[in-house]
Formats: sequence, structure tokens, C-alpha cells
Amino acid sequence: MIRIISILVGAFFSLALLWSVGKGAVSYVTEPPKETVEHAFHLAPKEVEFESDGAFGKFDNQQLQRGFKVYKEVCSACHALKLVAFRDLKAIGYNDDEVKAIAKGFQVPAYNKNTGEVVTKEGVAADHFPPVLYAGQGTPPDLSLIAKARHEGPEYVYSLLTGYQEQPAELLKKFPDAKTPEGLHYNPYFANLNLAMPQPLTADDQVTYTDGTKATVDQMSKDVAAFLIWTAEPKLDKRKQTGWAVLGFLLFATVLAYMAYRNVWAEKKGH
Amino acid sequence: MSFPWANEYKPSHPLMQWMDEKLPLPRFVYNAVGAGYPVPRNLNYAWNFGVLAGFCLALQIVTGVILAMHYAANTGVAFDSVEHIMRDVNWGWMLRYAHANGASAFFVVVYVHIFRGFFYGSYKAPREMIWLLGVVIFLLMMATAFMGYVLPWGQMSFWGAQVITGLFSAIPLVGDPLHTWLLGGFAPDNAALNRFFSLHFLLPFVIAGVVILHIWALHIPGSSNPTGVEVKQESDTVPFHPYYTAKDGFGLGVFLIGYCALLFFFPNALGHPDNYIPANPMQTPAHIVPEWYFWPFYAILRAFTQDFLFIPAKLMGVLAMFSAILVWFFLPWLDRSPVRSGHFRPTFRKFYYALIVDALVLGYCGGSPAEEPFVMISQIAAIYYFAHFLIILPIVSAIERPDPLPFSITEAVLGSDETAPAAA
Repeated sequence: MIRIISILVGAFFSLALLWSVGKGAVSYVTEPPKETVEHAFHLAPKEVEFESDGAFGKFDNQQLQRGFKVYKEVCSACHALKLVAFRDLKAIGYNDDEVKAIAKGFQVPAYNKNTGEVVTKEGVAADHFPPVLYAGQGTPPDLSLIAKARHEGPEYVYSLLTGYQEQPAELLKKFPDAKTPEGLHYNPYFANLNLAMPQPLTADDQVTYTDGTKATVDQMSKDVAAFLIWTAEPKLDKRKQTGWAVLGFLLFATVLAYMAYRNVWAEKKGH
Repeated sequence: MSFPWANEYKPSHPLMQWMDEKLPLPRFVYNAVGAGYPVPRNLNYAWNFGVLAGFCLALQIVTGVILAMHYAANTGVAFDSVEHIMRDVNWGWMLRYAHANGASAFFVVVYVHIFRGFFYGSYKAPREMIWLLGVVIFLLMMATAFMGYVLPWGQMSFWGAQVITGLFSAIPLVGDPLHTWLLGGFAPDNAALNRFFSLHFLLPFVIAGVVILHIWALHIPGSSNPTGVEVKQESDTVPFHPYYTAKDGFGLGVFLIGYCALLFFFPNALGHPDNYIPANPMQTPAHIVPEWYFWPFYAILRAFTQDFLFIPAKLMGVLAMFSAILVWFFLPWLDRSPVRSGHFRPTFRKFYYALIVDALVLGYCGGSPAEEPFVMISQIAAIYYFAHFLIILPIVSAIERPDPLPFSITEAVLGSDETAPAAA
């Protein structure tokens, strides 16, 4: 009895699915899905290598400091970094005095204890990067986690910064309605191809590097992407170091466990 | 119960004797997972996964309880409190990654455990109750994992909650009020987040309780084994300790190496980047996908694209998705073959391998965007899924001619068994 019911239930689901497949196939043939402009022209992020890539990768503090400079002088005009505190910058090689000086350069929200008025004050090391008020078109996202909040985040940031270009003529020929709207900017690495952010890094030496590195647009883009890996995952170095210690121990323990297993079973045939 | 030849617990130390009289807890452990539990001597590595699943549950509870000390279940601060754990709590990043990847590891282990059961017919008499309790555990795990994924209150948390709780609104008549009642609102918000946190904390202990019943039920007939032939005599078994404690110890080491490699070197590989974006009810992500372990069921849900016999497509999808797991409850009565192990069932074996491929295909489609060709592939794969359990298994088990079984486990291991009747 149960098997007859079971076969009927199975037939019910199979028929419902066959009906769906059939209808789907018919509409696929009669109205084939049109290719979208995003599907045709969106590009996966470029291949870039970062010092912190791979199981052995570590942060390069020089690069992170250059990236921080790019963030501070360019990105921070529109993008906040609210999950990062100034004190955290000690991890990328700044000393206490430098951190205090950096913090002092930012106005952070506060309130007047006597009047309750909302005011701003000079930052101290314990403060986080302040919110950024932005009045233009679009909504610049907070950058703290951006390197983890996009597929291939670091490569994405780099590709986006270096990917601005004229809209290809071929695109307009194929999709005449897809002209980049006024006030937006064409960038094939952005999900819908048109981005509110104008190209932020436009010329070499836009940021002055003090460590002798040549500040090309490419280099600056890479440095700020590296810096954003750090803001998204500040414990990356510690994580990998711990990982190797843990794996080393586990390997040792597992070899011992295997030998114990062989030893215990030595007299039982078939193992 | 146990086999008559099971070792008896004989404490030698006066303190242990005193303890054994007052509260025989050591005796209980000895009989459950110690030298007092005789186990078939021929278990292969597939039998490690029950212990591994128990380990994963303990790991999730320990890491989860500590994470809960630092997490705040309020939509205003939940996302930032998770980042506080990642940045400011000592070793918080490790706890969180251990917990998030621990969920994945738990599901890997449990899927292997379930498919072990499918192949070796572990659900068959006299072990039906173990199987039924196992399916209950799996359902509880799914509920727990789903609610846990909502807690960081990222984009996928919010939209996943929106989609999955929205399934209840497909129920005729009571669907909408039920949906609102479950969420405590019209969309996931603070009320939902709070109750999800409460339940996410509670359910693992419910799972632990059902695990105890699962193991209790296991100890009545004893463990199954790769031949599917029941234990007949003492030479078929070895005591659990030290034989299987040693083997499981080695298995646990191998498991931990894989798990820790994931945790320390690719901690975000199995997560979705969108969950690092704070929840935003005004912005729908391009593709809403659940965690990988739900993909096969998500593919079945989405496979029903047409109304059928006046049943709306959405309701069909919901019915099918739940049925995909509920059919497991009936498995002991659908598969009528008296032979347990797939080793001796040549026809069944082919369909079993097809089911593995089918589950992987469904998983792949479930993680892909809902567009062609994935929709059609998942529809065909879903047909096979239901046909396998509901049509093929009852028929194949009735008509198939199994290969000859060994007389006993001893014979299967040693090649001969002196107690076996002489071959005719």
C-alpha cells in the first residue's frame, strides 16, 4: 500500500516538473531570452597579485601606508571607513605619535557636555574614522569591508579604479539604448557598467609618495586595494601564522593517532 | 542491551566503586562508547562520520556560546557587533570563522553520514528508529543553520530570511497571517532577529537531546556494518574502546586538518560576499542564494515554475522542497530489499551513484542564478530525485536479484568462519 502511494506521489511531482520543463522549453524557443548589455560587456576583475595573497602571504606595511595615504587624500572625500579606529593604524607600522597626529587631522562627531549640542572635535587615537557626509549623486559605500563584500574584492577594487574608459562603439551599436546616462561613468568592471563615481585616480603623482615608489595610477590603485584588504581583514597575518602552527600540531597528532590505530589493530586481521 | 559477550565494567579503584554504587555514570559511558560496547570488526572509514558529527555539534555549541557573549541581537547593532568580534575581541576572528566554517564542516560530515546510510541500507529493520531520529536531527540542523545565517544581519541574512520565511505565505488560507506571526512583523526586522537568536541558541541543545536518543536507539541493535550481515558471534565484533576510539581518533585528525586549512586559509571561501554588506531592505541583491548546504533543496524549490492542477507554482515548490526531506522518513518502508548493503545489490548500486551525481547537479544549479540552462537542468534533476526515492527504490528492491552474502562478518574479514555450515 505504502509503495503504491509512494509511486503515485512520485508520479505527481514528476508530472508537475515535466509540465514546468515543457512550458519552459516552449517559451525558451518562442521567446529566447535576450542577451543583456551587462552580460555582454561586464568584465571579471583583472588578475593582480597582492603581497597578502596565498597561505604564505603577509602584509607589506610600506604598501599599506602608501594605500592609506591614497585613501586619506583621495577616497576619504566621499567614502567612510567607520569600522577602523585610528589606533588600529599602529598595526601597519605607525608609531603612537604618528597615530595621534593622523587622528588630529580628522574631525569626529561629539557633543557639547554642557549644552548637549552636536559638535565636532579633533580625533584621538581611540576614535574611529568619522562618517562622511556626501551630497552628490550616488551613495558611496563605507570602504571598511569592501574587499570582502565583492567577489574577488581586492582585484575588483583595483580593476574598478583602473577600468574607466570610453563606452565602446560596438556596445552602442549592439545596444543603442544602453548609452551611459548623464552624470554616470562607463566602467566594465562595475556590475551594471555605469558608475556614479567619477574616475578618482586620474594622474600619476596625484598622491605624493615619500618612500621613493613611483606614484603611477596603477601603483596607487594597487596600494589602496592592498590597504582595503587590511581594513577588511586586519587579523590576516595573525590568522595565517596561527594556521601554520595549528596545522603543524595537527599533522603531528594525526601521525601519532595513525600509529596508535595501527598498533591497536595490529592483531586483528583485515585491517 | 548489548551482546552477551560484552565486557563488563569492573571498577578497581575504591573511589570508582563508590561512584558506581551511587551514580553509575562511568559504567554508562563504558557501555556506550567504551570497552563495553561490542562493534562489528569490519567498519570502514564511512563509519567515522557519526563521531565526527558529534564532534562538530560540540564544536558549534562551544564556539557559539562564546560568540553569543559578544554578539548583540538588534538590527541597529548586530552587523557591527559581529565586526567588533572580528576586530576587538581577543581571538574573536578565530571563534567566528571556526563557527561559520564549522557549520559547513558539520553539513559535509552529516551528508557523508546520510549517504553512508543510503548505500549500506542503515535505515532498514531493526534500525528504523535510528534513521527517523537522524532525519529529525537533520531538519533541526537546517533550521538552526538558517537562523544562524540571519544573525550577522548582512544583505544575504536579510534577503535569505525574506525568501525562506516567505515560503510560509504560500500555504493556502493561513499563509499570510502565519508568515506575519512567525516573523513578528510583515518583513524580517528586529522582532524576527531576536527570536531567531533565541531559537538559534536553543535548538543546538534540542539537537544534542535527539542525538542522545539517536545513540540510544543505535545501542539496541548495535552498529550496522559494510556487509549488512548482522553480528552473530563474538568473533564478529571488537570492543568500541580501544579499537574504534583509535580509528576515530585518526579520522578526527584527518578531518581537523581539512577543517583548519579552510578556517585559517580560506575562511570566506564558502560564504557569500554580500553578507559583508549591512542588511538593506531597500536594495535587493542581484542573486539571492542560501549557503551551499541548502543549494540542492533550493534548486528543487525553484524547479517548479508552472502552476499544476490549480496548485500555484510557489506552493508546489514549497511542497516539493519539504517533501524532498520528508521522503527520507519513509525510506525504511520504500526499500523492501532484505539485503542491506549496496555491495550486494548491483542494480540498486547504479541508481545510488546516479543519486550522488543528481544531488551534486542539483546543488550546482541551486547555487547558480535562476536562468537557463540551470532551471531546466534542475527540473530534470529534481525529477530523478523524486523518482529515485518514490518510484525506482520500491520497484528495484522488489525485482532485483542480490549477490550472495557472506555467512558472517568473520567470514567476510578472514575469508572463512569455522562456525559456518559446510558449503552444500
